[in-house]
Formats: sequence, C-alpha cells, structure tokens
Amino acid sequence: MWDYSDKVKEHFFNPKNAGAVVEANATGEVGSISCGDALRLTLKVDPETEIILESGFQTFGCGSAIASSSVLTEIIKGMTLDEALKVTNQDIADHLEGLPPEKMHCSVMGREALQAAIANYRGEEWRDDHEEGALVCKCFAIDAVMIEEMVWANKLRTVEDVTNFTKAGGGCAACHEDIEAILEKVLAEKGEKFDPSICSKPEDKQKPAAPEKIAAVKTPLTNLQRIKKIEEVLESLRPALMADGGDVELVEVIGNTAYVNMTGACNGCQMAAMTIAGIQQRLMEVMGEFIKVVPASEMSKLVNIA
Amino acid sequence: MSDIYLDNNATTKVDRAVVDAMIPYFLEQYGNPSSIHKFADGVARGLKQARQQVQALIGCEHDSEIIFTSCGTESNTTAILSAIKCQPNRKEIITTMVEHPAILGVCDQLEKDGYTIHRLPVDKCGRLNLESYKRMLSENVALVTVMWANNETGTIFPVIEMAELANAAGVMFHTDAVQAVGKIPMMLADTKIDMLSISGHKLHAPKGIGVLYLRRGTRYRALLRGGHQERGRRAGTENTASIVGLGKACELALQHIEYENTKVKAMRDRLERGIVDEIPHSFVTGDLNNRLPNTTDIAFEYIEGESILMLLNKAGIAASSGSACTSGSLEPSHVMRAMDIPYTAAHGTIRFSFSRYNTMHEVDEVLKVMPDIVATLRKLSPYWDAQTNTPVANPEQAFAPTYS
Repeated sequence: MWDYSDKVKEHFFNPKNAGAVVEANATGEVGSISCGDALRLTLKVDPETEIILESGFQTFGCGSAIASSSVLTEIIKGMTLDEALKVTNQDIADHLEGLPPEKMHCSVMGREALQAAIANYRGEEWRDDHEEGALVCKCFAIDAVMIEEMVWANKLRTVEDVTNFTKAGGGCAACHEDIEAILEKVLAEKGEKFDPSICSKPEDKQKPAAPEKIAAVKTPLTNLQRIKKIEEVLESLRPALMADGGDVELVEVIGNTAYVNMTGACNGCQMAAMTIAGIQQRLMEVMGEFIKVVPASEMSKLVNIA
Repeated sequence: MSDIYLDNNATTKVDRAVVDAMIPYFLEQYGNPSSIHKFADGVARGLKQARQQVQALIGCEHDSEIIFTSCGTESNTTAILSAIKCQPNRKEIITTMVEHPAILGVCDQLEKDGYTIHRLPVDKCGRLNLESYKRMLSENVALVTVMWANNETGTIFPVIEMAELANAAGVMFHTDAVQAVGKIPMMLADTKIDMLSISGHKLHAPKGIGVLYLRRGTRYRALLRGGHQERGRRAGTENTASIVGLGKACELALQHIEYENTKVKAMRDRLERGIVDEIPHSFVTGDLNNRLPNTTDIAFEYIEGESILMLLNKAGIAASSGSACTSGSLEPSHVMRAMDIPYTAAHGTIRFSFSRYNTMHEVDEVLKVMPDIVATLRKLSPYWDAQTNTPVANPEQAFAPTYS
C-alpha cells in the first residue's frame, strides 16, 4: 500500500464538497491516462466579483485522486478566478502534506481541472499542455515522455545528459537502464546510435549536447554579453523546470558568479541544490568559461570567486 | 472483528507446522549439507525428504527431477533461458498475453535480443484458442511457456493438452504453475510437461523458496553455476530450512487438496454470488466454468480499485486489485486488457483469493460491508447519477474528459 499522509487519508475517507455544484456556471473535465483517473470540477462563480462561491468534484480514481480533488475544492473556495489560476499542483500536494512520486499526477489533474473550469467560465478553449508517460525516475518523479522530449530538444546523448537536464536518474540510479532504453529509442528515431561509452565530462570536447540555437562562445565575454548568454541558457532550461512546477530567475551577475532565485516548486525543494549544479554545468558548457551559480539568498554574503 | 485475509494469490501465511519443521534447521542442524560433521549429517536427509514431499504433490516420476530454487521467478527465468541456450538455432518462443510478469519480462528482454515472441491472445473469458496455438508450433520454436492457472482471474489453461501438442511437434514445454500447485491435483509423470515452476510462499511455505521441476532427459543448461548443489543444476548453498519447510507445506497441501476444491470453493462461490446479487453493475471476470477453486475477480463498474481497497482495508479486509493505481503503472492489469474488459470496469476489479484458513463467517463479514463501500465511491463518481443511483445515461458520452 502507498505511504499516504494522514491528510490524504482524511480527505479520502471524508471528502469535502463531493458531488456536482447546483447551478454551476463553470465545469472542467479532465483525465489522466496514468491510473485512468478522471475528474469533473464544477464551480459557482459570482459574475460581479469573479469569486468562487462554491466548488464541487466528482472523481473516478484512486485514493490520492479523490483526496487531491477534495482538497482542491477547499483551497479555491473564496478565491477570485485570477487567484485560483495561480494554484499549482505543488500547492495541492503541499496541502495534502505530500504525495508519493507515482501519485503526483493526481495533483496535476486537479490543477488542470481547475484551469479547464476557469477557461470554460470565460468561454475559452482549454488545451492541455503536456502529455504524461510512464514514471521512470521515482526519486524525482520524471516520466518517460518528459525525458523523450528533452532528449529530442536538447540532443542529449548520455544518461548523464539526461540527469543534467531533467534530474531523472540523479538519485538512486536504479532507472539508468530505462533511461538508456529511451536514449536508444529516440536516437534510433533520429537515425543515430546510442553509444554508452561516450561520457559527458565537461572537458570532453566531443560532447555533442549543446543546443544549436545557443552557440558556444569563444572570445572572452563582456559583462553584458555574459548576462545575455546566461539569460539565453536559463531560457532553454526553463521548460524542464516549469514541467516540475518550478522556475528560475536571474537576479544579479557579479564577475563570473550568477545569483539566481529558484521559484515555484523549486523553492525549498530538496533538489534545488542539484538543479543549481545542473544549471551551472550547462552554463559552463555553453559559455566555455567558469561560472558559479549561487542562490540569490547568498548575495548578502557577496561571495565572489573572481 | 479480526482482520480478514483474502489475498492468498499474492502470498500466504506460513503454516505453523511448516515453521515447526524449519526451526531445527536454524538452531541445530545448521551445518552446510556439503560438510562432513554432525551439524550437517541430518540435513541431507531433510532435503531428501522434502524432495519426496514435493514429488508426491506434483506426481512426478523421480525425486531427482526436483530442483530447489530461490523463488518462482528464478524457476521461470531458468526454464526459459535454459531452453534457448540448449537450442541456439530456435529463435521463437510461444507464450500468452496473460502470463505473470516473471515470464513476460524475460520474453520482452529476449525480443530485444532478436527473438520472436508469440503471445497468444485470450477471449473475453480469458480462454486461449488452441487452433492458432497449433499453427504456431514449428521447429523454430525453442519453448512454449504457458501458465497453468492465471493469478488474477484463476482461469485454468489446458496445459496438459498443450504440452502433448508441443511434444508431438518436437517443442519443449514449460508451465508456470505457482498458482495451480496445491489447488489442482496433478500427476506430471503422465504428462508431456518438460518443466514446471513452483513458488513456496503461495502454498503456506515461506518466501524465498521455489522449485523447478525438470523432467528427466529434458535438455538443460544451468543458470547459476559454480557448485555441485542440486546435482550441478542450481549452484549455491541450499536454503535448507526453507526447503524443509516447503516439503512440509507440500505434504499439507496434498492432504488439503480436496478441502480446497470443496470447502474453500464453497466460500469463494458464496462470496461471489452474494456480491454479484447484491451489487448492481458488478461482474465476475475470467472463465467461470474453469477456474481455481479459491479465486474470484470481480469488476465493480464506474469506480476505481485502489479506492475500494482502501475502504476494505479500513474495514479490516485485505484483497487486491487489477487497477493501474495499485501498481503505479499506466495501465490497468494486462490480464484485464487482454480480455478486453472496458477501462471503467478494469480499473475497478478486485481479486478475492481464499486459503484453507478462511471461514464462512468471514465471507459474511465481507458481504456486509461491500455494498456500502461500492455505494460510497459511486456517489463520488462522475459516471454515476447520485439522484437515481444508476449509471448516467451513456456514461462514455456524458462524461468525456480531456485526457492528457
């Protein structure tokens, strides 16, 4: 049995706001192929203030899907639609005192149902922005589709590349066989061959992982060039972070130290340090010079290696 | 009410008599059976007796046809890899779509290595088509591996007949019988089955002990090498206490095989009928006329299995589900998919599997709580109309979420 938190059990055994809202004026219906779960969220929104007066759910799904639905209806009650749109799946998971990695998609389904309901209220068409695959990395809840996309987009060649870009495989390493299988498959589709003997050490000049659009720079950079380049690199990494519900922003560059803010789900995530290391690695590869990436919270100490 | 265990196809309680038989092999006769001293001199006799006890249960000709392994999975893997190693020119394997992952996983891997895997489909009742099986048999086939009984539905496959057909075509035959041994009377000596896998913990022996039956004369290549144990066919120091325990468990299973097919079956039937009569939109999956006596797999439409299990667990009842959620995978059980059970039902399947330790009283307890559990979850379901207490009209159209 899953190791569900007491909060998950509480919401599962005594769900709040079960059933459809009477006279609802917003409905969101979404499903997750994983688990075969599906959720209908109904809202009653005050047309004057856009405040959510009532919310109700109907869910076909497992314990954590029902608990995620239940807690979502509690979170959004009394919010304006704009406030509700800012609710992330991490917020849902946090209110439940955490979900097992295999079950994080239940919280994603909750967020999507909310977005779909608000789009429905506003007469917009809601489009799902991600596809979900089989869970590969259990340490960091990274699925196969995400890894495939990153391998395609960033020309990844090795398990280490995949870890640097997605975190997948960076924990217990048990999923490395699965990651190799994905690399084999995607590279075969591209007419290439996966070679497990390539290593991705920074000094390895053979390493082909640099995205085309960001050309490596050879001459020394001015500070302005450096900042621009860093922004470009962060931009290219952003999709991976956002897929996790997180983001990164550049706060300041002093010499070769970049101060960044990890936001959203990255904020306070145990993996932030590893993510920062990944960003640093990436920056060094692209810029061809030593860059230190430091959380902005360290800025007061003004650590500057240069 | 004390807890009710109805998950015996997952694993079983170790019989007290089995534990008692094992204890001397931890505390007194703990010597390595290969050693020449008094700590070991009783061990060889213990192993010999266990071999004979297993032999009696499965009705094989010689006790030397019994190879002790660490588990059913090891037995399955050994059987498949041995067959292909012996016959390097044969590059095909025949199996079914509903095998246990311990078979399918090995086959998937061999497929990557260039082998052709024929996976026999099943009909909506989980039955095989023997005509298409016959057509697949050829001199390119290294092995047929077909389970004796399915772990989810209990459906029994005609392995004796299939082994005859394979034998006539000159093809080796293996069966994964971990669910069948102890529930179905067998006389392997009268069959053409070449290899058969047993798992101890499915029949009240401990976990971590299994058997590969290997018919005398069947060509064989050991998986684990580097020791004379099991006549060189499975190297590694014997798990003596567990082997002795498995022997005792087989002896007890033989004594209870009639009980399994009468009393245990009666409990299963009563639970099954009670549920299907009481709860609308529920149905039994598998081949109802040809099943293990202890297993029933019931689909509850429009609700999801893990939720049912959590509520059952709260009521002190242990069962299991073919839903995707319980395993963390993407799809409901491959067995349900192979039988073409609709998704809204496949996700809500619950398997109740009995043992000789269950009682009729427990069946009544389950029947008391089951209708409420299903009703509670259906109230939450978007496919269910809470007002009329029936499924919504055209459920697939009435609720058609955007799937990601």
